[in-house]
Amino acid sequence: MRYARYVAVAVLLAVAAISLAAGYLAPANYATQFRESPNAAPSRAHWLGTDQLGRDRLARLLYGTRLSLLLAPAAALLSTLLAALIGGIAGYRGGAWQQLAMAATDLVLSLPWLFLLITVRALLPLNVSPLASVLITFLLLGLLGWAAAARVVCAGAAAIRRSGFLLQARATGAHGWRLVLLQVLPNLKPLLFAQFWISIPVFILSEANLGILGLGVAEPLPSWGSLLRELEELAVFSGELWRLVPLGLLVLVVGSFEIVLSRSEVNA
Amino acid sequence: MAAIVLLGALAAATLVRLAPGFDVSEQQLDPRLSHDSVEALRAQRGDNANLGRFYRQYLSRALHGDFGFSLTLNRPVRDLLVERFPATARLVGLGLLAGWLLAAALALSGAWFRQPAYDVATAIVGSTVLCLPSAVLALLLVLWKAPACIAIALVVFPRIFRYARDLLARNYQAPHILTAHAKGLGPARVLFCHVLPVSAAPLIAAAAVSVSMALGAAIPVEALCGIPGIGQLAWQAALGRDLAPLVTVTVIVTLVTLAANSVSDLLNSRLPEAKA
Repeated sequence: MRYARYVAVAVLLAVAAISLAAGYLAPANYATQFRESPNAAPSRAHWLGTDQLGRDRLARLLYGTRLSLLLAPAAALLSTLLAALIGGIAGYRGGAWQQLAMAATDLVLSLPWLFLLITVRALLPLNVSPLASVLITFLLLGLLGWAAAARVVCAGAAAIRRSGFLLQARATGAHGWRLVLLQVLPNLKPLLFAQFWISIPVFILSEANLGILGLGVAEPLPSWGSLLRELEELAVFSGELWRLVPLGLLVLVVGSFEIVLSRSEVNA
Repeated sequence: MAAIVLLGALAAATLVRLAPGFDVSEQQLDPRLSHDSVEALRAQRGDNANLGRFYRQYLSRALHGDFGFSLTLNRPVRDLLVERFPATARLVGLGLLAGWLLAAALALSGAWFRQPAYDVATAIVGSTVLCLPSAVLALLLVLWKAPACIAIALVVFPRIFRYARDLLARNYQAPHILTAHAKGLGPARVLFCHVLPVSAAPLIAAAAVSVSMALGAAIPVEALCGIPGIGQLAWQAALGRDLAPLVTVTVIVTLVTLAANSVSDLLNSRLPEAKA
């Protein structure tokens, strides 16, 4: 299993490095249209062919991977910070704070995640600029994905509140922010890191779902969600297996996160 | 529970009310409509503009079985729900059943055989399915002309399988299981009399969570497979900023999720192992 984790980390690093170098490696810009060859099969000029609008599929895959791999961790960071704030304060303070925070958590968790996400995303403007659509999509993921993590963080913070070392720290005169920064946060760090790591594949998959349903990143910007929308046309173009490459890459990346994740969970 | 349902509906109503372009509908932009018609439509939407008033009226009517009128589908919400609920119930019910059967079969057979190769093979299958977005599963099933409930089953299966497999593996390492083996009990008796009863409480809790998963997956599955259910209604209502059906569906989904959690808590409270 240890070797599987090494391979998973190597895959993630390789995919991240290749996608970050999309500007140098991609044969064209993601929006450049080769009007003379729409829906082209793979060739030396276009390794993964072109889409309906004649855009190079490999270029769109590289840029789309970069977007998803940069912004999913950013959204995960936002949701983890919210979870740390809400769950951490609730668990550390206890009493009414904890009850109030857990009631809010129950409220968010009582709605299925995708239902909540789709509803809120659809309520925001759909005809926005591509950049704004990217920000809205990943900001929503970050702002709505805190509840499950907050519950875990709250339990962790409550356990720290009742712990012997915190009592000892209080007895030595530590209090307020000093206690939080020097005692509580360092002990919550493994838990927060695990929650951050868990959120990344969840957000990648959620963006893909939103993109397929037309509520994710707007054209012409590519993302895994918008690239997977091409699967809708597979019935017509059956046998064109290169169209499945984005799906294969998504499975590879999310699978690698899952493999590394088991280690993070153990460490937490 | 009632407070959470009411708060859920209020949150949904607030979100819709605050959404940009709430008081504008496509009908108002239709050049064939006269000025009076457009004003009438605007006044109709204006009734919903005051959130407090809308919410009070909505609750009062809902208590009498009137959930309002869908402005985009031009029909009473109650009729839409009655018409669409069976499709979603069938889809989610069959999906949950198939997902749980598959997860239980693989987890139990893994616990029974305890062969590393089998564990690795089932883990790879489960993890691969787990990496597929529910919308992709729906698209692939449309492509293969397979029943849509399989998409729900494939959303539920890997999560339940992984949880059940880890739970059974952990419970197999408990001291009383070692004692049972030492006393010469057969593998079937150890599994069914000593491992499964201890695992029942968390599995029942997982069953409640799986209802929420299945309902969430029902939206892309119904939207992409063209199934006229509650998920598709929520999707259409959200796109059309149609307040009445959206709030009602939100309340129903919250109610179903909370009911599943309550049933799970009730069952767990009746288990002697859970009390111990």
